[in-house]
Amino acid sequence: MLDSNAVNSAISQSYKHGFVTAIPSDTIPTGLDEGVIRLISAKKREPEFMLAWRLAAYRHWQGMTEPRWSSVRYPTIDYQNISYYSSPLTNNPDSIDLKDVDPKLLATYEKLGIPLSERLSLAGVAVDAVFDSVSVATTHKKKLAKLGIVFCSMSEAVREHSALVQRFLGSVVPPGDNFFAALNASVFSDGSFCYIPPGVRCPMELSTYFRINAAGTGQFERTLIIADKNSYVSYLEGCTAPQRDRHQLHAAVVELIAMEGAEIKYSTVQNWYPGDAEGNGGIYNFVTKRGECRGDRSRISWTQVETGSAITWKYPSVILRGEGSVGRFHSVALTNNHQQADTGTKMIHIGHNTRSTILSKGISAGFGHNAYRGLVKVLAGAQGARNHSQCDSLLLGNTCSAHTYPYIEVKNKTSKVEHEATTSRISEEQLFYCQQRGLSREQAVSLIVNGFCQEVLRELPMEFSVEARKLLEVNLEGSVG
Amino acid sequence: MNILEIQNLQVSVMNKPILRGLDLRLGEGEIHAIMGPNGSGKSTLANILVGRGDYQITAGTIRYQGEDLIVRSPEERAMAGVFLAFQNPVEIPGVSNARLLKEAFNAHRRYGHLPEMDAMTFRTHLQERAKHLGLSDDWLLRPINVGFSGGEKKRNELLQMLVLEPNLAILDEIDSGLDIDALTDVANGINALRNNLRSMLLITHYPRLLEQVHPDKVHVLIGGRIVMTGGMDLAGRLEEQGYGWLSEVAA
Repeated sequence: MLDSNAVNSAISQSYKHGFVTAIPSDTIPTGLDEGVIRLISAKKREPEFMLAWRLAAYRHWQGMTEPRWSSVRYPTIDYQNISYYSSPLTNNPDSIDLKDVDPKLLATYEKLGIPLSERLSLAGVAVDAVFDSVSVATTHKKKLAKLGIVFCSMSEAVREHSALVQRFLGSVVPPGDNFFAALNASVFSDGSFCYIPPGVRCPMELSTYFRINAAGTGQFERTLIIADKNSYVSYLEGCTAPQRDRHQLHAAVVELIAMEGAEIKYSTVQNWYPGDAEGNGGIYNFVTKRGECRGDRSRISWTQVETGSAITWKYPSVILRGEGSVGRFHSVALTNNHQQADTGTKMIHIGHNTRSTILSKGISAGFGHNAYRGLVKVLAGAQGARNHSQCDSLLLGNTCSAHTYPYIEVKNKTSKVEHEATTSRISEEQLFYCQQRGLSREQAVSLIVNGFCQEVLRELPMEFSVEARKLLEVNLEGSVG
Repeated sequence: MNILEIQNLQVSVMNKPILRGLDLRLGEGEIHAIMGPNGSGKSTLANILVGRGDYQITAGTIRYQGEDLIVRSPEERAMAGVFLAFQNPVEIPGVSNARLLKEAFNAHRRYGHLPEMDAMTFRTHLQERAKHLGLSDDWLLRPINVGFSGGEKKRNELLQMLVLEPNLAILDEIDSGLDIDALTDVANGINALRNNLRSMLLITHYPRLLEQVHPDKVHVLIGGRIVMTGGMDLAGRLEEQGYGWLSEVAA
């Protein structure tokens, strides 16, 4: 048994991305009404259909109440006390050309390890960077365009690729899907858009890097990825925010659509500011992520490493509509100090012979609260559907908690659904064994945690797997005495 | 020179005295056996030497290579060359033998101001040593002690010792629960590790292992004190007569 006092006193999470960029910004006053939505839409010079869509979502949202079914606890959010739009001021608002971007902004991304100039950018990774409410740069666009791949900010897509946007936006997560999705549909400001044409295998990782900078704002980005027939794309998102003592809301929506024979891999390394050791500040990460395997033999996999945020509340899901389609969910969620996580997935089996795999690894330290919540639903028509779920929890110390809420609804007798779960604790014996071989207690914890997560971490693209391991290490720093 | 010098060591567990004035000197390159009945303090001695918590040292000194050992953390002792082959090594799911050994090996290298060994070189280094103990490459990728038989766990401890090359190895009942063949394998492993710089303390109940290892000295630990020291003849007498005849000496 770990000495709980030693554990608690030593837990100190050092957040390395907590700096603020002093940059002039165009931040609209707090509050939400139709006028604000019209203003956002006008600032983005959106076509009429988009404004109508937003307003419909807003009217729907007004009649909705905030859900309370999760296990996370937080004070009531005052939605009139949030600014719904903030963008760094640039000389030329129409341009996202790098030479027009404020050097301070570029420096911010450099500091975060995301160089935006294409010359310097990670080899083989195209990046869309979203700073507060707007996308500031998308790299490697020309190279991708040659293959017919569209990779741009959502704002640009709404203007330049409106037919695609109109056809697919909200087709997986409808505007009225849930309270936070409806709020997002009303006020979403930017995000990434990606379309892979039939038969194209995207030659590089596509990546969006989200950064919340301005205080008192919410971030409501919306990402839409469409993989047309027999295409392939691997996509990664990363997130950070400055250290602030007030909570900030992040309510994003991500929609994935995989057509016949297509494959989308979506990976997240989430490192929003988690709040301080006493639980002050930090991001409320209330996100709706859903993919649809629309065509036969299509595949969608979600891989997430959730180390940040004061509260993480999300269930990246897959609707398995196409025959023989495959959905996968791999997750590592770490909660330390006063962090809370209620995360998992939904696998909805509709088509014949659809398959899904769920692998969830929850790590809890300090006063962390970690819940896996997942639904496996097999509809009556899903002949031969199969699911395997595995949920493992690891506890450090004795003031944290782990919970597993698996829901299984099966309406087809030919289907096969399996669920396994384990809970373990890093024992004093294990730590001492490693120490006797020459490791410090921290190195031992890191080794054991990495071992616990490795099945998930190896799903990540190579560069990000290294990053994720480092993040886990940093976030566990000093978690044992 | 003595690698280990213990003087008047007194140790309690939850205020109950376990070691009551233990004296021991172990020379460089020597192997000493420590025998004794259950509860005599053998494992306590092993745990104290590697800095395990939950024990209170109430008196005495322990010097390793001439320096105070008690003030050092468990990992410092390990890196300075003190190794314990655990009696019941713990399982660590998800962490392979190779991974732990690479981390541990490089921790030792850093401590000795040597450059870390890269993954490829280390793999070869490790495979050579595993082969020595008749362990397959697959073995190296198995999670530490998970699902290992008693004999496999003991062999794994020896593998770690072979890789980390300690100056002082304490083998806590390395022979317990082994059949005759496994015991011979373990004895061969120990003999292979023997050299004129490496010292070992063999903690055991049975003389069987000693017949194959031939320690330089045999100590009998009863009631928290070493009550008699001899050679292999002493081990033989204990095999025949048990510990009863020594209780008068101990009292």
